[in-house]
Amino acid sequence: MYKEYLTVSNIVGPLLIVEKIREVKYGELVEIETAAGVLRRGTVLDVSTERAIVQVFEGTVGLDVDKSRVRFLGRSQQLGVSEEIIGRIFDGSGKPRDRGPQIIAEKMLDINGSPINPQARDYPSEFIQTGISSIDGMNPLVRGQKLPLFSGSGLPHARIAAQNARQAKVLGKEEKFAVVFGAMGITFEEANFFIEDFRNTGALERAVLFLNLANEPPIERLATPRLALTCAEYLAFDLDMHVLVILVDMTFYAEALREIAAARKEIPGRRGYPGYLYTDLASIYERAGRIKGKKGSITLIPILTMPEDDKTHPIADLTGYITEGQIMLSREIHRKGIYPPIDVLPSLSRLKDKGIGAGKTREDHADVLNQLFACYARGKEARELALILGEAALTDIDKLYLEFADLFENEFVRQGEFESRSIIDTIDLGWRLLRTIPRAELKRIRPEYLEKYYP
Amino acid sequence: MKQGKIIRVAGPLVVASDCLGAKMYDMVKIGEIGLIGEIIELKEDRAFIQVYEDTTGIGPGEPVFLTEKPLSVELGPGLASSIYDGIQRPLDIIRIKEGDFITRGIEVPPLDREKKWSFAPLVGEGQEVIQGDFLGEVEETPLVRHKIMVPSGCAGKIVEIKEGEFTVEEVVARIETEKNVKEVKMFQTWSIRKNREVHERLMPDEPLSTGQRVLDTLFPLTKGGTACVPGPFGSGKTVVQHQLAKWSDAQIIVFVACGERGNEVADLLISFPDLKDPHTDRPLIERTIIIANTSNMPVAAREASIYTGMTIAEYFRDMGYSVALMADSSSRWAEALREISGRMEEMPGEEGYPAYLASRIAAFYERAGKVICLGSDRRMGALSVIGAVSPPGGDLSDPVVQSTLKVVKVFWALDDRLANMRHFPAINWLFSYSLYIENIKDYWKNQVAEDFSDLRQNAMQLLEEESELQEIARLVGVESLSARERLILESARSIREDFLHQNAFHPQDAYTSLRIQYLMLRTILHFHNQGLRALEEGMNLEEILALRVREKISKMKFLPEEDAGILEVYIEVDNSFRELLKSKE
Repeated sequence: MYKEYLTVSNIVGPLLIVEKIREVKYGELVEIETAAGVLRRGTVLDVSTERAIVQVFEGTVGLDVDKSRVRFLGRSQQLGVSEEIIGRIFDGSGKPRDRGPQIIAEKMLDINGSPINPQARDYPSEFIQTGISSIDGMNPLVRGQKLPLFSGSGLPHARIAAQNARQAKVLGKEEKFAVVFGAMGITFEEANFFIEDFRNTGALERAVLFLNLANEPPIERLATPRLALTCAEYLAFDLDMHVLVILVDMTFYAEALREIAAARKEIPGRRGYPGYLYTDLASIYERAGRIKGKKGSITLIPILTMPEDDKTHPIADLTGYITEGQIMLSREIHRKGIYPPIDVLPSLSRLKDKGIGAGKTREDHADVLNQLFACYARGKEARELALILGEAALTDIDKLYLEFADLFENEFVRQGEFESRSIIDTIDLGWRLLRTIPRAELKRIRPEYLEKYYP
Repeated sequence: MKQGKIIRVAGPLVVASDCLGAKMYDMVKIGEIGLIGEIIELKEDRAFIQVYEDTTGIGPGEPVFLTEKPLSVELGPGLASSIYDGIQRPLDIIRIKEGDFITRGIEVPPLDREKKWSFAPLVGEGQEVIQGDFLGEVEETPLVRHKIMVPSGCAGKIVEIKEGEFTVEEVVARIETEKNVKEVKMFQTWSIRKNREVHERLMPDEPLSTGQRVLDTLFPLTKGGTACVPGPFGSGKTVVQHQLAKWSDAQIIVFVACGERGNEVADLLISFPDLKDPHTDRPLIERTIIIANTSNMPVAAREASIYTGMTIAEYFRDMGYSVALMADSSSRWAEALREISGRMEEMPGEEGYPAYLASRIAAFYERAGKVICLGSDRRMGALSVIGAVSPPGGDLSDPVVQSTLKVVKVFWALDDRLANMRHFPAINWLFSYSLYIENIKDYWKNQVAEDFSDLRQNAMQLLEEESELQEIARLVGVESLSARERLILESARSIREDFLHQNAFHPQDAYTSLRIQYLMLRTILHFHNQGLRALEEGMNLEEILALRVREKISKMKFLPEEDAGILEVYIEVDNSFRELLKSKE
């Protein structure tokens, strides 16, 4: 049926070079049979009249040059989807890993998807209440947004992501909701944490999991997030569900990409990552969103661990340029024993302005948020000053700000892992803290709201 | 049509043989589905083609069709309020035809072929015309009177001119030239890689009013000038670009969303029809053209998108309009250049960017300017260019930033420290600069106020002194500063918080006219000067800072757009100090 080639000439890292080929297309899916009869899959990365370069998903361990059989399948990598997919666990290349049956596909979807026409996009504007004050109050998430968690090794990003998945809801609405979870290169323990959490809260029944663990082939990681998002697109735009996609850990994904680029001897960009890392990450992140006239939505929370907590590292940096903001975790706050250790100052939600205010959260939300930011920033500045000169050197007003900063971290940021605060509670809490500052200092708040809430 | 044959496919790069006769930058169609590409290198009979669509499923042996024409845009009625992809395909029509996701190999003409436009002639039969002269006009939108011009290289006598309803493809005029009779339609095509000609270039000498206080007062841009906005992510580049697109007093806005977020384009598309232009009170979309090639759309089309935008902008400039082009972000364009260059295995320059990066950037910004357009009426047109740059990690030594700074005259330095404090626009007043201050001094003097330049100078000086004093305060504490120095700190803070800080999402605060900016700044500095005087007369600083009028100063930006409210505050400053002095006596 398919032509079989025995003409493998080189094997370099995850790449296979096949000679004397005919009628091979770019991006085509490839099946490789090892001498022992084991099947592997790959895709064509570069094709010329003489040879094709094939990237092997499951790695090249055990492949040889003279006995490997290569078949070109004439289509790109696909995921078979149907409603049955909900509640299932798959491996990083889309095969069931929960001992359940194969999915009987209602349709086959190309895992690379197609870009959403910007004209068809609906602007995300529905506030999602996560119940976490430092997110809802300061950097609110809206439906259809892509908002990553920037973390570091040892910080509790997994717990925050799980709390998000557990508590997130749109106010006043009961709708079809699903979680799609894609794991790239994380350990069994981390993956298990999510599975157990989903199971305990009953979320597993409306979740789809794609797991590529740390000991599984890195190359498979390139497909995992795409499988997850293809599945999410099906749930959101075919089945009208609101889908929350969590991807951990994008750092491992980018490293896998670098591995392939190095094997192909490409000219590296910053820190050895390929020059197209931005474009490649965008092809994942940009699949989040809303479409005019469709009920469903895709909200994306990618998690990445910044090497050495460095946010200028290419992975964090390029992610920040694509996503609509970021939630930044701080080691300093974590050390103080505060959960969730979210540093609100460098965190940002770009879509917040259309998602908050009268009718969505409360009229004064935007002003309170800006004022809290300004006060906390000034308080932190005072704290730095106090470190150098001693607290005595501060002016009276700076001392007030210093106290405010402590109060803010301890009462506003700090909350329980299973505590879900309503947005109104969060805003009122903000006002309570602002009352420690003289009224004339509150310049970011419109006079009418000051009258109403700080009489 | 001539045909070549594909011999290699590597992502957005396709190599084809049998292409003798093809020219550099010719457009080609690839494979049976007809993906659009452009020739970027020729080696003997082989052509290297960058493809503007995803090449999955294309393989060696498939044909390449040579159109033997350069990649061009269509210029004519129907441009205003359109949204195009990087190679001028109308995204709204594509959505109607193909659905919510972008498919490949779609061919849609950029300008509507069916729509009839009402053409009103501006010349009579028998009249002599030269290139660039107006033949007639079309009301494209209530904001744009689209002029139909004599095409470049054409001159002669009008032998026929029509009036009435026509589609863009119908002939509206005949011109008898030396050689033959030329038929003129309402649209023309123009290669995106070729500058549109002008008669003469002039020095820009009029500010582009943007309604943004930190820009208009401290670091103004001119009509026909160039500016760049570099900054790390989250520092507000896109918000600044959007604010300019919304509020600047250019007559035509071309917004190129180059490799950026899809939702940002959606924001423009959804908000622009509702937002009113403060100068004409019409919806902003009527004067806007959007080129959207978001980050997940094909990378090569990203490279073309800024040229597509630039050519359209030049075309409107040629009609005598003041046009502003926003490119967000030129870094993504440079990355596309790098990606293609890498696939062609060219020798890389800095950071893997091709060696010709700097010259490409310079050539791009040089297309801006204030000019005398072609045509016998010697009308003036201006094209301002504002480019966002997204350097990795906010590092300004990035080659794209450095190459850009060499050519642009205005530098708006975004600062993420300010952004973290939610001071927006997060433009750092110490690092930014505008080299146009001298050019527009006369304009300010005549149009705003005699002392505007001096006030600006004073404000800059206060901010400068503030940073020095803060340095000292950090080392030895605020107490060691004299009362005078502490007043400077307070006044500088007032400039920062009450003047420079501007909330883009507050209906009143989002836009401030130059006149009001002047009044606000004058009031703040008046308080400062009165404060200095009062100190000299022995008042104590705490009493000055406790004056109630300070709260009024901080709320000036929320006052309605008219002189009265701010003048009142100004008088109240006088009164407050008078009372203070009186109470002492």
